[in-house]
Amino acid sequence: MSETDSELANIEETLGGKILESRQRHGDDVVVLDRAGLRESFRLLKEKLTFNFLSDITAVDYWQKKEPRFEVVYQIISLPNRRRLRVRVPVPENDPTVDSLTPLWRGANFLEREVWDLYGIHFTDHPDLRRILLYDEFQGHPLRKDYPVNLCQPRVPERHVDGTFVDERSHNKLLRLKKSLGSKN
Amino acid sequence: MKLDNPELPTEIMELQMGPSHPATHGTIKFNLKLEGEKVLDCDVEVGFLHRGFDKSCEQATWTQVIPYTDRLNYASSLINNVGYALAVEKLIGAETPARCQYIRVIISELARIFDHLTCCGMAASELGAITVGFYMIEARELITRIIENLTGARLTVTYVRIGGVKHDLPQDFAERVTSTFATIRKLLADCDHLLSRNRIFLDRMSNVGVISQEAALSYSLTGPILRASGVNYDVRKTFPYLVYDQLDFEVPLGSRGDNYDRFLCRIREIEQSMKIVEQALEQLPVGPVWIDDPRLVLPEKEKVYGSIEGLMHHFKIIMEGIHVPAGETYFAVEGGNGELGFYVVSDGGGKPYRLRVRPPCFIAMGAFREMIQGHMLADIIPTFGMINMIGGECDR
Repeated sequence: MSETDSELANIEETLGGKILESRQRHGDDVVVLDRAGLRESFRLLKEKLTFNFLSDITAVDYWQKKEPRFEVVYQIISLPNRRRLRVRVPVPENDPTVDSLTPLWRGANFLEREVWDLYGIHFTDHPDLRRILLYDEFQGHPLRKDYPVNLCQPRVPERHVDGTFVDERSHNKLLRLKKSLGSKN
Repeated sequence: MKLDNPELPTEIMELQMGPSHPATHGTIKFNLKLEGEKVLDCDVEVGFLHRGFDKSCEQATWTQVIPYTDRLNYASSLINNVGYALAVEKLIGAETPARCQYIRVIISELARIFDHLTCCGMAASELGAITVGFYMIEARELITRIIENLTGARLTVTYVRIGGVKHDLPQDFAERVTSTFATIRKLLADCDHLLSRNRIFLDRMSNVGVISQEAALSYSLTGPILRASGVNYDVRKTFPYLVYDQLDFEVPLGSRGDNYDRFLCRIREIEQSMKIVEQALEQLPVGPVWIDDPRLVLPEKEKVYGSIEGLMHHFKIIMEGIHVPAGETYFAVEGGNGELGFYVVSDGGGKPYRLRVRPPCFIAMGAFREMIQGHMLADIIPTFGMINMIGGECDR
């Protein structure tokens, strides 16, 4: 017990800009960090505190339950010391941006793209922040709590790609016949 | 982009190896920039099988989520079930009885054997070793029959519950498993004779799709891909769960991080999984398979139809869902492709507030670009095959 408390104390000491530190009753170490200077905090975690493996990046939307609205959650692992750490970063709704961790871990690329896609949280200095799981013309960020489950998306016209041919004819043979016969309806 | 021979008029060809391709298993699109046969760049486009797992789980009760988890890595659905149940049980603070834990280990390893056989069989058959593909499918079919005899379903089983497993093992389970493993070992020996010193197989798989140890750690890779690069990270050994710390098994490690090492890692892991199952069956204790907590477990049918309390109890659990205390937790198991983690956030109700799956093969697809740069078009097939991207897990 004291070993883990001193480990957390170590983390607390190294990262000053921390809001609160808690220890979940099931032995998870959780740290809530300020989003300012996040990349620097993670660099300290990675280099000085041996948390060298980024396991997961995700987000949670606490719409109308908590302020600030979003929380970006990072799961990192210290492989040499066999420890897990969860880092939660609160993100407000009016300015949903966080530092990207792609300079530190290349695996953050796809994970942050997914958070952008599903939550609309923007990652600054991400090399290629675009939708990953959903198609480009999708409107909205579906995992937000104010996105209804069965919302329909508008129909998307066919994409124009240079050098390709798009068949404009209607797939409705009756409609085609009517048109070709010059019918009034 | 520098072109090799300035005298030969060439241009960079942009091709899409589309979401539906006979050699790539799963729906995935590669936007390739090719110079002849050489891949200069490959932009991986995932998401063709995105079904909104996260959002759907928020609408379902904790037990209704279990069929959704089946359909994540559908080649090893039992591991997904077990991982989810363990994560929720961690949040509740419940621990299942010993027999249940051994059963969960056994089914996880059977599912892992299934997953690895699928992956290696398909990868081999795409390179032309169709016989090996068939042998591994035969081995896989034997595992499927065990799973069907146990759970009732072949692929998406929904066998695990929060607080236990649905029902106990059948009487002849151990004999069935023993005879099946004997056949599988014979089949794997045949496959080994066919492949492991096969010039064509070695040439196509060795030194292709190499990823260094440092890059693998940076890309957050886990599972056989990471272990093929030489990093000894297996969730069963590093953060032991269930009864893995009481079982004796090895974790195969590669050194070069190429496709051949990944293939060998998976094959060796099949053998280790069989060893784990055999040990677990020997050590299997007698006892209940459900936790003794009326808030989690449905009452017996006699009580449901015979007493008003049983009826009410049954009704509350089915209609509202079990109540998981508010909080959040993360629990990871070793899936077929790597660390399969579940991040569960509860608001105290009968439905998850947020359920996140850490998908190992989605993250592995992030590394695919680096693995394939500079290699030939045909090298995409074994490299992609050995990552074992399962669409359900990658896209959820």
